[in-house]
Amino acid sequence: MEETKKLKKYASLFLASSLVVGALAGCSGGSDGGDDSSSGDSGSSGGDSDVIKIGANLELTGSVASYGSSIKQGAELAIEEINANGGINGKQIKLVPVDNKSENAEAVSAAQRLVSQEKVDVMIGPATSGNVLATVQIANQNKIPMVTASGTAPNVTENEDGSINEYVFRTCFIDPFQGIIAANFATEELGVKNVAIFADNSSDYAKGLAAAFKEQIEANGGKVVAEAAYVADDTDFKASLTTLKSKNPEFIFIPGYYEEVGLIVKQARELGIDVPLMGADGWDSPKLVELAGAENLNNSFIINHYSSEDPDQKIQDFVKAFNDKYGESPNAFHALGYDTVYFIKDAIERAGSLDGEKIKDALAATKEISLVSGTFSVDEKHNAVKSATILEYVDGQQKFKTKIEP
Amino acid sequence: MDWLQQLINGISLGSIYALIALGYTMVYGIIKLINFAHGDVFMLGAFIGFFAITRWEMGFIPALITAMILCAIIGVIIERVAYKRLRTATRIAALTTAIGVSFLIEYTMIFFRGATPEAYPQVLPKTTINILGANINSQTILILVVTITLMILLQFIVHKTKIGKAMRAVSHDADAAKLMGINVDNTISATFAIGSSLAGAAGVIFGSYYTRIDPLMGVLPGLKAFIAAVLGGIGSIPGAMVGGFILGIIETIVSAIGFSLWRDAAAFVILILILILRPAGLFGKNIREKV
Repeated sequence: MEETKKLKKYASLFLASSLVVGALAGCSGGSDGGDDSSSGDSGSSGGDSDVIKIGANLELTGSVASYGSSIKQGAELAIEEINANGGINGKQIKLVPVDNKSENAEAVSAAQRLVSQEKVDVMIGPATSGNVLATVQIANQNKIPMVTASGTAPNVTENEDGSINEYVFRTCFIDPFQGIIAANFATEELGVKNVAIFADNSSDYAKGLAAAFKEQIEANGGKVVAEAAYVADDTDFKASLTTLKSKNPEFIFIPGYYEEVGLIVKQARELGIDVPLMGADGWDSPKLVELAGAENLNNSFIINHYSSEDPDQKIQDFVKAFNDKYGESPNAFHALGYDTVYFIKDAIERAGSLDGEKIKDALAATKEISLVSGTFSVDEKHNAVKSATILEYVDGQQKFKTKIEP
Repeated sequence: MDWLQQLINGISLGSIYALIALGYTMVYGIIKLINFAHGDVFMLGAFIGFFAITRWEMGFIPALITAMILCAIIGVIIERVAYKRLRTATRIAALTTAIGVSFLIEYTMIFFRGATPEAYPQVLPKTTINILGANINSQTILILVVTITLMILLQFIVHKTKIGKAMRAVSHDADAAKLMGINVDNTISATFAIGSSLAGAAGVIFGSYYTRIDPLMGVLPGLKAFIAAVLGGIGSIPGAMVGGFILGIIETIVSAIGFSLWRDAAAFVILILILILRPAGLFGKNIREKV
């Protein structure tokens, strides 16, 4: 009798202890190598290793791969620099990149993987607004701060009902801001009145830009004489362009991504449309020049986050470091990827912890941080408040035209 | 002269569809197989042309010929590997296989080079001709000339040559043709070789005209060419060409009146209407299928 009682007691003890061990192992699972379950303190979420893991859910292949890979290169450069200078609070940073193939569904599973398998402390979010939106819930629910380098749609951080996605931030400006800048540039710098809009109707990004542009143009006393739309993956735009041309606009605003815009610019010029064309950061890719042809891009403008030709010392240092590492001049997405890591670093230092909630609060409290893409603060809607740069294409090269403060 | 410009736009779009549809309709006409991998052979042709121009530094015509030859070989391999053993199988089995082959080609391509688009180099001289206020690109004229030439050539092959006679015989009754001493396997291979080389040519022309190529570029033009072929009467060579032009012009009209987002939908509405109202297509003979 006594014997069996004892046995039962041992058995239950064994069971209980194995459960605890199991739970602990489960927490630190995924962080491979080095730190075994010996990191003893129970509560915190297993991030107490010697490395800070930054997950990067990026478009490394697929239709907008150029953005994601650029952000990754920029982020890698920043991490290399930070690690060489002793890391963040003495800890080294490790980047965990996951390819979301430029698709919403893939972005969701990439985010899930980063949160549940890789146990990252912070995430760099997808490059395009649509993909970021798909993953916002995952960041909020798991309390993992997510910073997108280039998701510019307003509803990335602010929901329809005005509530804020607490764990989501960005290092770029928002779409309406770009639309307003474009409208102001058209009416004030170029002095045009009758404009047309040719927008990508399959992306929230382009629709947001088009709406803000239209509103601001009308506020400035201009007139939208023609509007047309296209969808991603179209290749023939001549019919719509011919219709736009017949309304004699003095300026055409084309919010969209480089893949289609390149073809639109080419076909527009072939149809004899020689008025100024303008787009936003979605145009920014070396592929745009290849697709459109350098001479066709003359007399077109883009709004961007930064220009590598800006004489500012901080920018020139970055351009040099980037050139040394990759042998090319950085574009805006490189700069934003780089800035995103420094933005996160600054917040983790101020938070003094890897707790998601504390990092989030520190990110939200960022004020006047000096980065490559401008000095910026985070406003109450988690948006970056900073300057915009206007670039002009001259024979396939982006030339710094002017800088517009918010 | 807005309508003239739009007509030109429609014809240049339609001639690409026509070019792809020629190969489609020919394969169907001979062995009654809807080869859904045809659009992907078109994509491979575009990439072969791209590599021929950028890596092997060929001019446009040598690149076009290289793409046609390699695509012909690819077409024969596809037929031998995937379709040959299904010749006696049900039509649905062959159709399913064709869709499978299509995906296999697309994703093998993505596996090897990623899905990133590529920009075609400028290989053709680009002059714009102005007629009554409408702009015609010299490339548009070239596509038109190539399409019409290939159609005439194809008609000649099918109706005047020995291999064409064999094709028609196989199309009519493969077993009887065999009894008459026709090598059915070789005839079908020749059909695939010719059809695929046309797809390859279309790929190179598409690339140099529209600039952007990517591994999934064959899907939509492939479907549009299928619609064009059905519209013209699947199996009919002049029908495929006329079907392509009509489809291109209809799509352009839909876009021009401000419904550009409905353009693809319009194409499929045409397909549905044709299947309901005149299943044999504009040029097709209304023969009841043998069961």
